[in-house]
Amino acid sequence: MKPFGYVRATSLQAAADAYAAHPGSRYLAGGTNLVDLMKLGVETPGALIDVSRLPLDEIRELPDGGLRVGATVRNSDLAADPLVRTRYPLLSLALLSGASGQLRNVATTGGNLLQRTRCGYFQDLSKPCNKREPGSGCGARDGLHRDHAVLGHSEHCIATHPSDMAVALAALDAEVELYGATGTTRTVAAAEFHRLPADRPEQDTVIRPGEIITAVILPGAAAGSLSLYRKARERASYAFALASVAVVLDLDEGRVRRVALAFGGLAHRPWRATTAEARLTGAVPSPDSVRAAVDAELARARPLRDNAYKIPLARNLACDAIAELAGTHPGSPATP
Amino acid sequence: MSPTTATVASTATATTALGASVPRREGREKVTGAARYAAEQHLPLRAYAWPVPATVARGRITAVDTTGALALPGVLGVLTPYDAPRLGPSDDPTLQLLQDTRVPHRGWYVALAIADTLEGARAAADAVRVTYESEPHDVALYEGHPGLYTPEQVNGGYPAHREQGDPDAAFADAPVRVDVRYAVPPLHNHAMEPHAATADWDAERGHLTVYDSCQGTTVVRNVLAGLFRLSQDQITVLAEHVGGGFGSKGTPRPHVVLAVMATRYCGRPVTLSLPRQHMAATVGHRAPTLHHIRLGARPDGTLTALVHEVTTHTSQVREFVEQAAVPARVMYAVQDSRTTHRVTALDVPTPSWMRAPGETPGMYALESAMDELADALGMDPVELRVRNDAPTEPDSGRPFSTRHLVECLRDGARRFGWTGRRPPLREGPLLIGTGVAAATYPVYIAPSGARAHARPDGSYLVEVNATDIGTGARTVLAQIAADALHVPLDAVSLAIGNSALPPGAVAGGSTGTASWGWAVHDACTALTERLARHQGPLPAAGLSASADTTQSAKQKSPYARHAFGAHFAEVQADTVTGEVRVRRLLGVYAAGRILNPRTARSQFIGGMVMGLGMALTEHSGLDPAFGDFAERDLAAYHVPANADVPAIEAHWIDEHDKHLNPMGSKGIGEIGIVGTAAAIGNALCQATGRRLRELPLTPDRVLAALEPGPEAAGRAG
Repeated sequence: MKPFGYVRATSLQAAADAYAAHPGSRYLAGGTNLVDLMKLGVETPGALIDVSRLPLDEIRELPDGGLRVGATVRNSDLAADPLVRTRYPLLSLALLSGASGQLRNVATTGGNLLQRTRCGYFQDLSKPCNKREPGSGCGARDGLHRDHAVLGHSEHCIATHPSDMAVALAALDAEVELYGATGTTRTVAAAEFHRLPADRPEQDTVIRPGEIITAVILPGAAAGSLSLYRKARERASYAFALASVAVVLDLDEGRVRRVALAFGGLAHRPWRATTAEARLTGAVPSPDSVRAAVDAELARARPLRDNAYKIPLARNLACDAIAELAGTHPGSPATP
Repeated sequence: MSPTTATVASTATATTALGASVPRREGREKVTGAARYAAEQHLPLRAYAWPVPATVARGRITAVDTTGALALPGVLGVLTPYDAPRLGPSDDPTLQLLQDTRVPHRGWYVALAIADTLEGARAAADAVRVTYESEPHDVALYEGHPGLYTPEQVNGGYPAHREQGDPDAAFADAPVRVDVRYAVPPLHNHAMEPHAATADWDAERGHLTVYDSCQGTTVVRNVLAGLFRLSQDQITVLAEHVGGGFGSKGTPRPHVVLAVMATRYCGRPVTLSLPRQHMAATVGHRAPTLHHIRLGARPDGTLTALVHEVTTHTSQVREFVEQAAVPARVMYAVQDSRTTHRVTALDVPTPSWMRAPGETPGMYALESAMDELADALGMDPVELRVRNDAPTEPDSGRPFSTRHLVECLRDGARRFGWTGRRPPLREGPLLIGTGVAAATYPVYIAPSGARAHARPDGSYLVEVNATDIGTGARTVLAQIAADALHVPLDAVSLAIGNSALPPGAVAGGSTGTASWGWAVHDACTALTERLARHQGPLPAAGLSASADTTQSAKQKSPYARHAFGAHFAEVQADTVTGEVRVRRLLGVYAAGRILNPRTARSQFIGGMVMGLGMALTEHSGLDPAFGDFAERDLAAYHVPANADVPAIEAHWIDEHDKHLNPMGSKGIGEIGIVGTAAAIGNALCQATGRRLRELPLTPDRVLAALEPGPEAAGRAG
């Protein structure tokens, strides 16, 4: 590990100032990913600016029935929060399907959004990676890429974003609140917060240098909707998604009034399935119509040598989750 | 089950220390963190070493620039192939480190940085600049690889090729035939404690002390003596506590050689603890195996032909051949058989021992093929195995010392609620099925010495160079000693894990308890006799007796000696995701006398969990582009998590075998893994009607197999 400075921020502005004063610094919250990457030499910050003690650890009710989740709220606290469990059960499910109990006790809301890909080539300094070292090439493309992207990848990067929580937030139309260096605050839609790699895979998100995540806003509109998070993985716990799906569904007399569908494990960011959503809105969510809508979304997939399985897997997850919410599940008592 | 030869253990009562469920002696130290492991020896002026792995898969080093590394603060030195001390001979060429500029695989160590601090050593290692002349590499194993050859021997010293009768003609004539191929990927041991050593060279005394995470300090001492041209009494190797090995610490590995190089270089104690990311390439793996099995049978299930052909890889450094066709020489009565191995040397890390080498992948394939044969015959797979139970060892014709495979199958079937072939169950999207497989593991024995000492205060000290790698060896050896001394268990203390003690065998091949225990038994028996002859109070120095089992352990037994077992599994396959989860796992073992039910159960269950991982989650992929293993940490290499491990039951037949050792024990450390993967795979096939013949049974493969349409993989019969 390279030597680095350490600053404990006492306020948001002090954190932003410290960031500006220390070139190449990184904000530290739970550190569950950042510290690992420092040990591997992937991250070599000049200084760590510790924001974990800033007063950002509250979950507050908003007038519209939504919630404002502070950036340093721990994943385990967020998952267990009674309001979250009641209003946004998929968020709780997504959080609990990620990492391990020990990690969730430490990892924060903001840090979860900012975690880096677990692509093995990104983590191995002896191999090329455009995300780690722009212009060096993509090792995964010719290497092993069973876990990699099938949607939205570029010739420069085929990594996936590892977060489960972010997939749920994308489906919930959540917003990410950012505090900028000049003391200004802006919000970004969670579904737009992460980028596709294009020709700048080193840039995971739209966050600007020095900006700090202060909160995640969960909109009142989605509170109480039917929702579900489902994840397929190689072992029953402590494994990243091969594919996952977050669904928020509002039905009106048997027809879809509003549906939000987001995939995890398929792309460089949570993949909001807008094509499928548009097809389903206003439709009766029969197994056939759902399948057709999901297939239309996944028709855009470009699988690599080792990961074509993700397409039927994602399709099955999405169709099954929607069927479960709509009560049209083949296994549910309503349908023979 | 015949009550005259075997009884179920739960009905037996222990009146002696042996057979009692004694808790581990060091349990409290371990759970409170007081137990010190190899890297935790806080010696004064301790320095740290960090090795530099090669970043090409094949080639030659043309230059090593250490300027930047040496300029860093606290760096004590950087050893390279150009200036590292020349080593003496070793049987294992993977230990000839920094001796030449050849790079035989990616991850091979090419330099060693030594510094005041761990962080300093790591930074220095990162700053070493190595230039290579790289060559094209080949890491892909396949049947028909041009480099394949039949070795003379396979691991364990077995002949690579055995043939009885005319298996091809017998197969051609068989009315019912199964002709199938299976694949087991490379696997890694990944013990919880990484390979680590703290080495301390005392130049004044001319003595080397090494704390090593290993499975046997005697062999580490002997190998280090050869490499560093020291006499054996100039070296003491200590391993008081070891956090698992599973075979990967069975012989000295590179870390300990490099740690000794470093302490000899800088004259200070040096700790080298391998980072997990290095371990995939440097401490061994289970080699991948491709299996071609042909079984011929009569309609009543009687086997008439058995052919098991194994294709595997080794490295360019050392020939290691996973003996995966060897268990087929033990299992079933069949006249016409061929069991053979072919291997090719690829540009891959050197494979080595991993829990039940040979038996684990071999029995996965054989027991899957037996299940396919049962399908083809329309026969209960338990009955098929019973039908073909062997009265004598098929390959050698020797009688078995004991063989209770049928009893294990019958007892397991009863406990599990096995009902033979029945239609699979469906619960919503889940398909549920059950499977069975048999297991076997040979009885090995290795010579050991031991010393027993009676003190005037009525306490006893027993010294034996055993290594407790987490199995409970220390505890069970005390039980053996207490019984042989006819004294209460708490009167006996044990000294183990020290090469200065009477020499002990490696904790490997499930031999530990039998090998050390025999010597302990003999030493304690001799001391008991000596005490019986002694008149009056003991002298202040006490009385001692020693034993050495070299003669008795090397005596060739006229019997074929093996443990047997039966595994039963119930699994569910999710038709939506292809995820397979085990719901129930049950094993019944016939492994001689069980000396400590508590620690034995832990061994059996541990093996079964490892087999569950092999079946469902564990695989190491060789990267075609870069030539190394893609999974290099415990986030990527999926050992089962608690949530994957269902209700597991381990039972045993209380087997009385007079042809083993004074305790009547067989090894129990490995058999638990042996049949587990096949039982799970067979259960999945029963659940889904689809036979997957490549491990692990991951969602991508299962989902593809479940897709509607004609069966991709086909099904025998």
